Amino acid sequence: MVPTNYYVILSAILFGLGVIAFLFKRNIISIFMSIELMLNAVNLAFVAFSQSHGNLDGQIFVLFVIIVAAAEAAVGLGIIILIARNRRSLNVERVDLLKL
Amino acid sequence: MTPQLLIFYVLAALAVIGALSLILQKHPIHSALSLIVVMVALAGLYLLMGAEFVAAVQIIVYGGAIMVLFVFVIMLLNAGVEEHTNFSKLAGYLGVPLGLALTAFIAAAIARSTETVQAAPPTLSAQTTQSISHMIFKQFVYPFELTSFLILVAIMGAIVLAQREK
Amino acid sequence: MEFLANFLNGHADLIITLVKIALLVFIVLTVNAYLTWFERKVVAHIQSRWGPHRVGPHGLLQPAADGLKFLFKEDPTPAGVDKFVYYLAPLLALALSLTSLAVIPFGPDPITVFGRKIYLSITPPELNIGLLVLFAITALSVYGVALAGWSSNSKYPLLGGLRSSAQMVSYELALTLSVVGVLLMANSFNLSDIIRAQARHPEWGLVGWNIWPQIVGFFCFFSAAVAETNRVPFDLPEAESELVAGFHTEYASFKFAMFFIAEYTAMITVSCLCTIMFFGGWLSPFPASWHFTHYLPSVILIPFGAWVVWDGLRYETIWGRLVLPVIGGVMALIGLALLGLPGVNEYIQAPFWFLAKVFVFLFVYVWMRGTLPRFRYDQLMSFGWKLLLPVSIVNVIVTSFVILLRSGWK
Repeated sequence: MVPTNYYVILSAILFGLGVIAFLFKRNIISIFMSIELMLNAVNLAFVAFSQSHGNLDGQIFVLFVIIVAAAEAAVGLGIIILIARNRRSLNVERVDLLKL
Repeated sequence: MTPQLLIFYVLAALAVIGALSLILQKHPIHSALSLIVVMVALAGLYLLMGAEFVAAVQIIVYGGAIMVLFVFVIMLLNAGVEEHTNFSKLAGYLGVPLGLALTAFIAAAIARSTETVQAAPPTLSAQTTQSISHMIFKQFVYPFELTSFLILVAIMGAIVLAQREK
Repeated sequence: MEFLANFLNGHADLIITLVKIALLVFIVLTVNAYLTWFERKVVAHIQSRWGPHRVGPHGLLQPAADGLKFLFKEDPTPAGVDKFVYYLAPLLALALSLTSLAVIPFGPDPITVFGRKIYLSITPPELNIGLLVLFAITALSVYGVALAGWSSNSKYPLLGGLRSSAQMVSYELALTLSVVGVLLMANSFNLSDIIRAQARHPEWGLVGWNIWPQIVGFFCFFSAAVAETNRVPFDLPEAESELVAGFHTEYASFKFAMFFIAEYTAMITVSCLCTIMFFGGWLSPFPASWHFTHYLPSVILIPFGAWVVWDGLRYETIWGRLVLPVIGGVMALIGLALLGLPGVNEYIQAPFWFLAKVFVFLFVYVWMRGTLPRFRYDQLMSFGWKLLLPVSIVNVIVTSFVILLRSGWK
């Protein structure tokens, strides 16, 4: 049996790596993907705790997190497309002024 | 070293390597492929824990729809290799160890606080999908309907945002 | 020796699974090769010409010749491609297609070999999400196409890849929704359970299959599945007159062969799914009390083998006159052996019906290729979104309503 600890430590490691990716990447899409990585890490923690408690609440929450991540990805990528169209660049350092 | 522990280590290593590759790759499409590897590894871990429906939904929705969206956007926007900017090297040298320290701190805090939590054996029963659907449609029916409304709003938002200007 | 015996005994499940995987991959690759031969012959006869008929007797060695050609052709890599993704895409497509065959059950009862029960499917029969695994793999196979198109650094593959992956994503929804009717009737995602739900009344035989209540679902599923596998009439993204060759333009010998094998394996998987979900899988179409139908494999094999022998003896080339009678003789002998061994005959029944039905579906696929024109891209997308998706949703609603009424509003 794999102890629940191991899953949660793995979730923490993935979350930390997601935070590092968020802070250090310059491409907007890569930053967005690091957000998805953080959400996945949290999902793993939810399922691990659902298994250790023996009821299914954690798994249902995971389903809702996946749905919300899907909606957020759709709208976020729409915004990214608009930014790319207007600023002609996908570098976040170019998107630091309100005026074009 | 039980087989489950071995599979856990393999899948966990795969997930961590995928996450590291996400950070270290320069081209966004390689980062996207690494993220897909992470998601498939996590789906494997969910299967190991007995959460079969969540594993399938993870691959179908996350790996098969959301990441496809990412890959399409990267392909259509012709996102190239990340450009080199005069980013402060000092911030890099100071920041990465601090980030790793944050990770280690969170992991250690969780490890110390959950040492007494025992894992229940995975319930690979025929009832998982059935129980989840019972709970969704009885206790959680209000959030479920709200998420359908949320997706409708997201669809409308995405269409409005991506329209060409007239 | 003792160590070897202990090792084998202790790891028996793993070894049995590995042997099953190797056997299945080998059989599927061979079937793929002869499926290409079958397709070329049938399409040719539909078009009033002979297909391949020179390379071996009746062209039977054509797949071997094609395989050798693929191995020995030059394999250029275009300039400016993203090397990792370029090499990954065909591997991904092939690996995913072959993986989806792991959940398909070829028969119900376990075979007993050396005192060990071996089930006729790679995944254990109590896997409760068999159908969801297939949908997951269908969802992932969009990547093979999209990445292949993008990484080729050329405009035709990019357009073909984008169109093809947009088509696959659009028809995924209709595919999964059209199956929900079957799932409601079977109450499980397990493929073996879906077949057993159609065997509730063994006396009905053919009438108990899911095709009758779910005829709308079947047409939706079949159309969506043909669109998913990029076959005619939905094959605009890889049509030669339109887009050179679509997403696999820049792929040369062996990598093209991998895409090819992936497409034909997906065809086989879809045919298996259609038979499992709508046509009763391994169930016989005759009622269970007609025991004489258990001799049907022999009744087919013996005359067919005799005809092959007779036709082979009159064949034009010397090789044909030698090889074809041997093949015919082997078929007739197998038929006779089945008559003589009733135990083996019982075991053969389930896989025989399964494979016969899969063969019928593969023939329908090839038939459509020979006869139907292809959709234009906008017609294709509007068919998927504006016709198939609403029809499959209505199918789900009507099916669930009928099930609710039959169970008395409980």
